[in-house]
Amino acid sequence: MFEHYLSIFVTTVFIENIALSVFLGMCTFIAISKKIDAAFGLGIAVIVVCLITVPLNNILYNYVIRDGALGTWLGPSFSDVSLQFVGLISYIGVIAAVVQILEMFLDKFVPALYNALGVFLPLITVNCAILGASLFMVEKDLMFGESVVYGLGAGFGWALAIVILAGIREKLKYSDIPEGLQGLGATFIIVGLMSFGFMSFGGISL
Amino acid sequence: MNLKRYQEVIIKPLIDENPIALQILGICSALAVTNSLTVTLVMCLALTVVVSFSNLFISIIRNHIPSSIRIIVQMTIIASLVIVVDEILKAYDYETSKKLSVFVGLIITNCIVMGRAEAFAMKEKPLLSFFDGLGNGLGYSLILISVAIIRELFGSGTLIGYEILPLVSNGGWYVGNNLLLLPPSSFIIIGLFIWAIRSIRPDQVEEPDFKIANHSSAPDLTKREINV
Repeated sequence: MFEHYLSIFVTTVFIENIALSVFLGMCTFIAISKKIDAAFGLGIAVIVVCLITVPLNNILYNYVIRDGALGTWLGPSFSDVSLQFVGLISYIGVIAAVVQILEMFLDKFVPALYNALGVFLPLITVNCAILGASLFMVEKDLMFGESVVYGLGAGFGWALAIVILAGIREKLKYSDIPEGLQGLGATFIIVGLMSFGFMSFGGISL
Repeated sequence: MNLKRYQEVIIKPLIDENPIALQILGICSALAVTNSLTVTLVMCLALTVVVSFSNLFISIIRNHIPSSIRIIVQMTIIASLVIVVDEILKAYDYETSKKLSVFVGLIITNCIVMGRAEAFAMKEKPLLSFFDGLGNGLGYSLILISVAIIRELFGSGTLIGYEILPLVSNGGWYVGNNLLLLPPSSFIIIGLFIWAIRSIRPDQVEEPDFKIANHSSAPDLTKREINV
């Protein structure tokens, strides 16, 4: 059992890295990777939000949205109801609500962390990595336990990637790059090369 | 109501204020779907429709949205539009819809849609916002389609499934560049595009954080004070 969870975790972090293999959350990934500190804060925020929203959406999917899911606890007359078409709007609703609640909770009880995360928390609602993790969870048809590990792995993989990129960009400031390529252009090419690097994990079989 | 303003909001996002190359918005989907031109065209169409109509609807009700819950309201409008597009795609082009998998759903969190709603539709008149959405959708499509043409043509020698460069494996002369079929190559292609755009429009170049200092010249010995 433990090995199964471990293999899901390793697969999500390295082989199917949410930033460098499926390219989600790229806008923030490139915009907020100039400094390691900021990248680290955003990474932590993504891990926390992923870890909470993916299992919540898993419960929502398994008990409400899946074909015939309502029938299992509301009686057989609901067993041919399919709510698949409201899936997208419910997942994003859950994510927006969780982010809002988390913001209020942190503000009240853990002000230090709240100040550290700052503007990143509300930004996370529109981060495709979070919604993407939930959508992949649905597509992979994971059980509840697996979805917890998947959420953690997805967030961790994204955080790892953005911290690495921020490290490279901090060093890159001192290098002599052709004018038009400075900044955004060079960052794109570096992310491309990093992504090729992460593809080499694809050979690992678990 | 002047035509010039309409023209401006459509033309500007194509090169001068391209959402991908300058504003760094909506890159997520730009990378994963560009290995075949057919899929890219469908994706571009879907995004352009969503961003135009979300701008239109948000702009119509812009004076009635309380600013504290505006994100949720915008999200709801965008998500509903995406669901409509997703259902239509599933009904009429199931094959492409399978290939796009989660990326249609991810239009909801595409920063172009959200960004234009926040930056333009909340302030401007409905029709103008609609055309702004159209312009930004086209700017996005321009980059995506160019990347897809390069990747499909030189990667597998075809365009929309028609053979242009006959591959060696099919008895032709062209050896396909498999590197271009891998998703990371689109990063490098977009990076080079940005370089090209910025060479034409030098005002888009970012200021470097540091400059390499000139070589220090050799000390001028003739002017050295001599302490006697």
